[in-house]
Amino acid sequence: MNDIYNQPDARGHFGQFGGIFVAETLMAALEELRVEYDKARNDPAFMAEYYSDLKHYVGRPSPLYHAKRLSEEVGGAQIYLKREDLNHTGAHKVNNTIGQALLARRMGKKRVIAETGAGQHGVASATVAARFGLECVVYMGAEDVKRQSPNVYRMKLLGATVVPVESGTKTLKDAMNEAMRDWVTNVDTTYYIIGTAAGPHPYPMLVRDFQCIIGEECKLQAQEQIGRQPDAVLACVGGGSNAIGIFHPYIGVPGVRLIGVEAGGFGVETGKHAAPLTSAAKPGVLHGQRSNLMQDENGQVIETHSISAGLDYPGVGPEHCYLNEIGRAEYVAANDDEALLAFHDLCRLEGIIPALESSHALAYAKKLAKTMRPDQVIVVNLSGRGDKDIPTIAKLDGIEL
Amino acid sequence: MLISDGTMSRIQTTFSRLQAAGRKALIPYVTAGDPRPGITVELMHALVKGGADIIELGVPFSDPMADGPVIQLAAERALAHGVSLRNVLEMVAEFRQTNTETPVVLMGYANPIEAMGYPVFSAAAVAAGVDGVLTVDLPPEEARERVAVLKAHGLDPVFLLAPTTPVSRLAAVAELASGYVYYVSLKGVTGAATLDVDSVATKLAELRQHINLPIGVGFGIRDAQSAQAIASVADAIIIGSRIVQEVEAGEAGLTERVSAFLSGIRAAIDMARA
Ligand SMILES: Cc1ncc(COP(=O)(O)O)c(C=O)c1O
Repeated sequence: MNDIYNQPDARGHFGQFGGIFVAETLMAALEELRVEYDKARNDPAFMAEYYSDLKHYVGRPSPLYHAKRLSEEVGGAQIYLKREDLNHTGAHKVNNTIGQALLARRMGKKRVIAETGAGQHGVASATVAARFGLECVVYMGAEDVKRQSPNVYRMKLLGATVVPVESGTKTLKDAMNEAMRDWVTNVDTTYYIIGTAAGPHPYPMLVRDFQCIIGEECKLQAQEQIGRQPDAVLACVGGGSNAIGIFHPYIGVPGVRLIGVEAGGFGVETGKHAAPLTSAAKPGVLHGQRSNLMQDENGQVIETHSISAGLDYPGVGPEHCYLNEIGRAEYVAANDDEALLAFHDLCRLEGIIPALESSHALAYAKKLAKTMRPDQVIVVNLSGRGDKDIPTIAKLDGIEL
Repeated sequence: MLISDGTMSRIQTTFSRLQAAGRKALIPYVTAGDPRPGITVELMHALVKGGADIIELGVPFSDPMADGPVIQLAAERALAHGVSLRNVLEMVAEFRQTNTETPVVLMGYANPIEAMGYPVFSAAAVAAGVDGVLTVDLPPEEARERVAVLKAHGLDPVFLLAPTTPVSRLAAVAELASGYVYYVSLKGVTGAATLDVDSVATKLAELRQHINLPIGVGFGIRDAQSAQAIASVADAIIIGSRIVQEVEAGEAGLTERVSAFLSGIRAAIDMARA
């Protein structure tokens, strides 16, 4: 299918991006994971269990839904939503945690750890840990613990331990630092479930592979429902897992624009955002990989801002950096206020409460649709549902719940 | 490593001298700029006074993934003063005005060097009087081209080895490393609890079959007793968090406290020589 596109290389490089930048103690564990994943993905029994869980536990396939009223209201292209919000646990994150929990079990690990921003990956990790009977510890920035309190409680209900991280900026990047520290300490017993298509090789590759189910389904559904493939596929980009999951199967399909929407925060021009690709941030090394990275002139990672905790990350997965560099995907930003408007539009016009993360992709879809013809099609990856964001939205509306 | 004119590097000279005397190297670590930039050079001289043979100078980074709470907080204190890699090089240059013998190894994370670029960094580091560079998150797999630049400037790249390092990875380290290698005595972050001397001894024997450089051991050495035990099997002992704790305790009498603490360690490891 994609004979020309074959990334990453054997050492996990997507062009100049990716790779393995970790302390020596973790090198053997990453190699073990690489080898084991290679066996697993070529093991029909492993893949059958993964697909079976996606069907019976997650509820896949997720629908491809024509948002007719939204499309009409916006005027222009037809907007379709890939409904990852309907997955068990309410986001795309579970596609990946199912796959990685199966790997953890295969590798004989009894304890899993995860980092989380919005809490969706933490919930998805706690969920599969409960189901597989694994101990689960989730690291979450203290700032995010505050703004995503419903998810913190959900994780606890599911039997996970949530550890608030007080260091650095107290957000997702610091949670990832702390998870790495745990892993280095407990590497013999512990499997680290990274929640996005980032980190040291083989994570960006294996998270992508487990998320590709989104794009693979979408291709079949588009053919069946529309009779062709969309003109553009949009997804929000935090670390980039929902985006790469829907983009990757389309890389070799000509005529399909792939557009990643980063968090513009207060506006890319203000510097207060989480949009490393849109702002053309210099490549740097963080969390085991080389990628475009928001940093100061001395190479210190800088504080990001987004209304959505799940996009509040200074780096981005290496494959997006590569797709950006070779021009196969485009990256733009939607600001906090634009995402909020799109959030309310979807609630009121379609009866769907989207996650604030996904609302960024919707916001850009509105802009783009206006420039297109009514016979053209945009698919938006609706990566999650917005229940977790209700306290945030209510607070903005001056309501105390 | 051998510098292009054939003379020995400061690190090599130091180890040769110690080996000839049957002594082990004492390598303390402090984070540059902690608790404020003005004190670092003074502190480095205090380390030498207390018996340091080599100084590992930490370059503060916003995301110190391999460090425990003590060194994390040290980095945060330094960064609150805006301490940059360039500032750290200025501190080394100032130290060199009165000390031309004690090797200085910068220890830190990849990104500040990436941001400066290896050629610019290497030239500036040599000009400042830096001797070696230990980049925690730069394993040999990603290091080849970067290390070539360091070596071309006469800097010694110091690599980490861990209890989890398989023999199959040692050839790459042996090929790239110079100066010494740093064996991380335990699975964990800096400042973590106890280390097991027997397992360190076993691992070092294995490493020595593949690596022909002095081996320093660090992580988990906190007192004279652990220092002495490790000194009986290693070529150098490295102490970080315990010294940073002295810094954390406040500036009152800091240089005296640090010198006194190190002197105690020095005496203990010199007794281990036999
Ligand atoms: C609903 C939702 N969408 C998107 C993201 C961003 O992650 P990624 O870019 O990996 O898809 C998150 C992360 O928490 C999320 O919860």
